[in-house]
Amino acid sequence: MPVLTDTNLEELKQKALKLRRDIVSMIYEAGSGHPGGSLSVLDILVLLYYKVMKVDADSYLDHDRDRLVLSKGHACPALYAVLADKGFFPAGELGRLRKINSMLQGHPDMCKTPGVEMSSGSLGQGLSVANGMALAARLENSLRRIFVILGDGEIQEGQVWEAAMTSVHYRLDNLVAFLDFNGLQIDGWIRDVMSPEPLLEKWRSFGWHTLEVDGHDYRSLAEGVNRAFAHKGAPTMILARTVKGKGVSFMENKAGWHGKAPGKDEYEQALSELASAKGGGVSHGKDSY
Amino acid sequence: MEKIATREAYGKALVELGQKMEKIVVLDADLSQSTKTVLFAEKFPMRFFNMGVSEADMMGTAAGLAASGFIPFASTFGVFATGRVYDQIRNSIAYTRLNVKIAASHTGITVGEDGASHQALEDIALMRVLPNMTIIVPADGGQTFQAVEAAVAHDGPVYLRLGRLAVPRVIPEGTPFELGKAQLLRQGSDLLIVAAGLMTGQALEAAEMLEKEGIQASVANLHTIKPLDGEFLIRMAKDTGAVVTAEEHSILGGLGGAVAEFLAENFPLPVVRVGIQDTFGESGTPRALLQKYGLTPESLVLAGKKALKLKNSPK
Ligand SMILES: Cc1ncc(C[n+]2csc(CCOP(=O)(O)OP(=O)(O)O)c2C)c(N)n1
Ligand SMILES: [Mg+2]
Repeated sequence: MPVLTDTNLEELKQKALKLRRDIVSMIYEAGSGHPGGSLSVLDILVLLYYKVMKVDADSYLDHDRDRLVLSKGHACPALYAVLADKGFFPAGELGRLRKINSMLQGHPDMCKTPGVEMSSGSLGQGLSVANGMALAARLENSLRRIFVILGDGEIQEGQVWEAAMTSVHYRLDNLVAFLDFNGLQIDGWIRDVMSPEPLLEKWRSFGWHTLEVDGHDYRSLAEGVNRAFAHKGAPTMILARTVKGKGVSFMENKAGWHGKAPGKDEYEQALSELASAKGGGVSHGKDSY
Repeated sequence: MEKIATREAYGKALVELGQKMEKIVVLDADLSQSTKTVLFAEKFPMRFFNMGVSEADMMGTAAGLAASGFIPFASTFGVFATGRVYDQIRNSIAYTRLNVKIAASHTGITVGEDGASHQALEDIALMRVLPNMTIIVPADGGQTFQAVEAAVAHDGPVYLRLGRLAVPRVIPEGTPFELGKAQLLRQGSDLLIVAAGLMTGQALEAAEMLEKEGIQASVANLHTIKPLDGEFLIRMAKDTGAVVTAEEHSILGGLGGAVAEFLAENFPLPVVRVGIQDTFGESGTPRALLQKYGLTPESLVLAGKKALKLKNSPK
């Protein structure tokens, strides 16, 4: 159960600033990639990897480690930044993102990247995989936990709802799902493209335990995780309100920054904003959706 | 002779292997009575997961179980086990090299009365183009048992193609089974018939018929379509000089496709493909369908003669 002191909070914020710089830098270096969804999901990953999950570089092949499936695989720069920072592979690899012979593919590849638990990139499949992992943990009477992160556009995929039934049918309370609720997909606002609303009601009607948190506020995220762990008999969906492009002013809430690398000037501006800034969890847009 | 459908043999094999290996788990998508996974479900309810009518989710769940060290068998009809979930298999199973066994029942035209929507005639083609995928098409009940054992022993994704129709034993008892190795069932120097699944029996019958006309045909069972036994094909091609392929599948992209592609590049010679001629199936009894779509010993005899003619025509 994560408990966050003021010092922890400050450390996490500084950590997130550095990781956001890594994200922007690696996408700039690569010349392509997905900054928007990487920046929106980052704080969820930071809380999980630094305060919640039992997994680290030395023991990542330990069978009883906790597992995370990044179902919205295009946001892998955020995961790579975290894994590099935690020492799963040398930080120098980040500069090789999307390049030939790189261990860091454009979308996650579990066969190439240490610490990546599941390949993804084709949206809509991660919750099914996480269910399989949760069933496996239960079959082995293991206390390990399975985490999965979905995009709010991603849940338009039908398979997600097949999987949503499965998690509940098999009472997978060792599974915690996050919805990165940034309100945007590629072609615009999700409510304009294909609204999945009412969101919480949908998950609840499928039998999920649901929570809503501020996806850039570590205390709020930690509180959500604690409540998820405490809930027995059903999986928990944590709807995390986020800002796509979080932390880089000109990227925030802009569909156009879903899958585009910054140019040189933009890159420099982004880095300077992220050098000074107040850190993750402060400038949360009031109504992201 | 006693007949048994390969799906039935599969169900029994699962129970037997499930007894020995705790890591075997089975998933089905509301067809467990038909795919015969029900036998495993009755014996090991805790290791059986009915996913309901949701094949995509079933494949993903199987991937997750495999990623955690289990050996999942995921079963449904061939059409739903391949085309319906192609992307799930591609991205979550093949690309990841996860240890998932896709055991598809009701493949081929002998599905019968249910008609074209339920007759998988292109499933091998779909699976064959996926890197890391192994494809096994057992010819009878005994070989199915060996195929399930081999699938378990192999670490990686496997597509196991099973049928609904009861078929007689065609592979002599005690014949060893090695993944990726063709089996020579009959030796003749004029041509080679390469067959899989229930067409193996048809090929043996055709060889008898050809013999009566003074044509000596070799017959091989190619139970593993991928990886292809290239060494065997070259050796036999050299010995015979003409090849006929026989499968209960489209002539495009399946066994015939694989053999023709391989030989064209490595030992060019006439290859005549017997199979479904790029068309959908229809309702009917399995017998009537085999007849109408030319999956008979008679068609193989004609194909054999065509191959011989090509072989003997001046280049
Ligand atoms: C099956 C599939 N269809 C389409 C895409 C292309 N695609 C990549 S990201 C994306 C939008 C995802 O939106 P969302 O889940 O909200 O992601 P986020 O906003 O967190 O970046 C699409 C359509 C894909 N990767 N997979
Ligand atoms: Mg989104």
